Amino acid sequence: MSEKITLSHGSGGRQTQALIRDHFAARFGMNGPMTDSALLSLPSSLIAFTTDSYVIDPLFFPGGNIGKLAVCGTVNDLAVSGAEPKYLSAAFIIEEGFEMDQLDTIISSMADEAEKAGVRIVTGDTKVVEKGQCDRIFINTAGVGVLSEELMHISSGSSVREGDRLIINGPPGDHAVTILASRRNLSFDSPMTSDCASLNHLIRKVVEKPAAVHFMRDLTRGGLAAVLNELAAMTRHGITIEESSVPVEEAVRGLCEILGFDPLTLASEGRVLVLAAAEEAEGIVERMHTDPLGRGAAIIGTIGAGREGRVILKSSTGGSRFLDMPSGQLLPRIC
Amino acid sequence: MKYVDEFRNKRHIARLAALIAKEATSDYTFMEVCGGHTASIHRFGIPSLLPPQIRLISGPGCPVCVTAARYIDTLVALASGEGITIALFGDLMRVPGTHQTPGEAKADGGDVRVVLSAYEALELARSNPGRKIIFSAIGFETTAPGTAVTMIQADREGLANFFVLNAHKVMPPAMETILKDGAQIDGFICPGHVAVITGSSAFEFIPQRYGLACVVTGFEPTDILSAVLMLVRQVNSHKPSVEIQYRRAVSVEGNVRAQGYLSEVFEPGEVEWRGLGVIPSGGMQIRDRYRRLDAASAFSVEIPETIHANGCICGDILRGVRRPPDCDLFASACTPDHPEGACMVSDEGSCNTWYKYHSHE
Repeated sequence: MSEKITLSHGSGGRQTQALIRDHFAARFGMNGPMTDSALLSLPSSLIAFTTDSYVIDPLFFPGGNIGKLAVCGTVNDLAVSGAEPKYLSAAFIIEEGFEMDQLDTIISSMADEAEKAGVRIVTGDTKVVEKGQCDRIFINTAGVGVLSEELMHISSGSSVREGDRLIINGPPGDHAVTILASRRNLSFDSPMTSDCASLNHLIRKVVEKPAAVHFMRDLTRGGLAAVLNELAAMTRHGITIEESSVPVEEAVRGLCEILGFDPLTLASEGRVLVLAAAEEAEGIVERMHTDPLGRGAAIIGTIGAGREGRVILKSSTGGSRFLDMPSGQLLPRIC
Repeated sequence: MKYVDEFRNKRHIARLAALIAKEATSDYTFMEVCGGHTASIHRFGIPSLLPPQIRLISGPGCPVCVTAARYIDTLVALASGEGITIALFGDLMRVPGTHQTPGEAKADGGDVRVVLSAYEALELARSNPGRKIIFSAIGFETTAPGTAVTMIQADREGLANFFVLNAHKVMPPAMETILKDGAQIDGFICPGHVAVITGSSAFEFIPQRYGLACVVTGFEPTDILSAVLMLVRQVNSHKPSVEIQYRRAVSVEGNVRAQGYLSEVFEPGEVEWRGLGVIPSGGMQIRDRYRRLDAASAFSVEIPETIHANGCICGDILRGVRRPPDCDLFASACTPDHPEGACMVSDEGSCNTWYKYHSHE
């Protein structure tokens, strides 16, 4: 039988030390002495700092697992703020009885994804709780990134103005549909894969001309509909979206048709909304197309046409309607 | 996507809209009585494609919306029972009962799980022999055959831990109640999915007894617009009948096999519809042969006196007498986040769709 996590792995004694040394530190490349804090230096005094917790069910899904997600999610939160992600922390709450093999797979995914994204996991924590006190494993990551003065305006949306174009880097909803399908044992003719990915390299290309980009946000819970409504409320602009311009995967459309979901409200973990000055939008889309994570990039709408603070969707059938903030619980624990 | 895109073709839609605008020479009010239609109409922005002389109103077609508060109270009470698991459709989670929603009962420690079908509830019963699984059976002729087949299966397997809390309803008697209550309409957009089971013949009494136009239609924009055009033509020619636009799914006689399962398990019975009151033959009652699976007889629970939300006009909205913005609570005290009435909860509810897709400031 394979080794399992027990309460003694979290008690601070010898097993805890071994777990940290042989499993976490080894994979995360923490070679130095075990200090209470990671001591770091940064090339700028402007810092972006974020944190997020990951409780997804199932832990493993096509295209990733909770570990990869925990790295991508926090890297993306930094990147869409205009920051260059540098360091992450990783804290684990593990239910006793969790299999060590699975933990190793999760740790490996985190290490691989961190390397891909060019960030380092520099500090962490492990707690083990009794059976039934948590669902297998929960992960929290926090991250710091450095920001340049010329990108400070991005996260607040303060420079959004009428005529700005809305761009997304690919079809939304793949993550939510993949999770739902894994949970319900639904199968598709062409298998679905989560879009879970670190977007910081793509975003570097997007912000080549810093002043051209007016806002960015990753399309996580609530999907495009939630982000657009937050943006409309924040900037007090009207937003118009062309439904036919929003790329949606066939399988996502199909599942939405069957289950009555709107693809625009479904979560992604590797999709970003970019607002750019009208004259720069085409150029940004072209640059996005050169990146594997931006192949599906498209302009989907415009700021300013329509009623203040509201999002209008021009449906592909020729009608138009408001696109409202999604409400209630669509899918439990998808991130 | 095949079988979808053809029915959303912009050119066909524009052509249908132009024909409707040309032929609609007076004022028309049509009622849809299927929540799926309500959702499609607003999702595709159909009202923005129709001329102002055509008014579409929603009837009692959302199964969640017409579920009586007392039924929700019963679910909530059962959820606190020892060893009981409630299996329900997701929309029911947030429907307010007198004191609690099923979602709140779950937060209080009740084992309440969302399922996508009756069969999934049966699977829960098979894999959890130590727990009593109660499936919340709501919906019209559309979902009822699934419940019936599942009950027949559970009975065959001799499963002792599978139960059904039944609130299944039959649509045609509710349409008749609305007409008797004096709804001012010129015709019905008849429910496509219900008609797949019942056949279009279930609606024949409407033109015959009430002289109103009826078209059974599907859920895509060209389906709905075609139906509106057919209704306009029926009204203009003073020749009301039941026409089938949704030929790819609906026949006159319906799905005879499904009807067989329904009559094997259920018999007509009276049932309370939220907003419409008790409708004789408006429900399906579990036959004695399957009584063992009936949660209402297998469990006895104390239910507090049912109190209806103050000021909520769900009843009038479900009968098509008033529209969501006519309600004082709409978009102020009653929103999708804090629903007072059931019409605000479900994606197919009139108030919910109105809130989502129309102006509400």
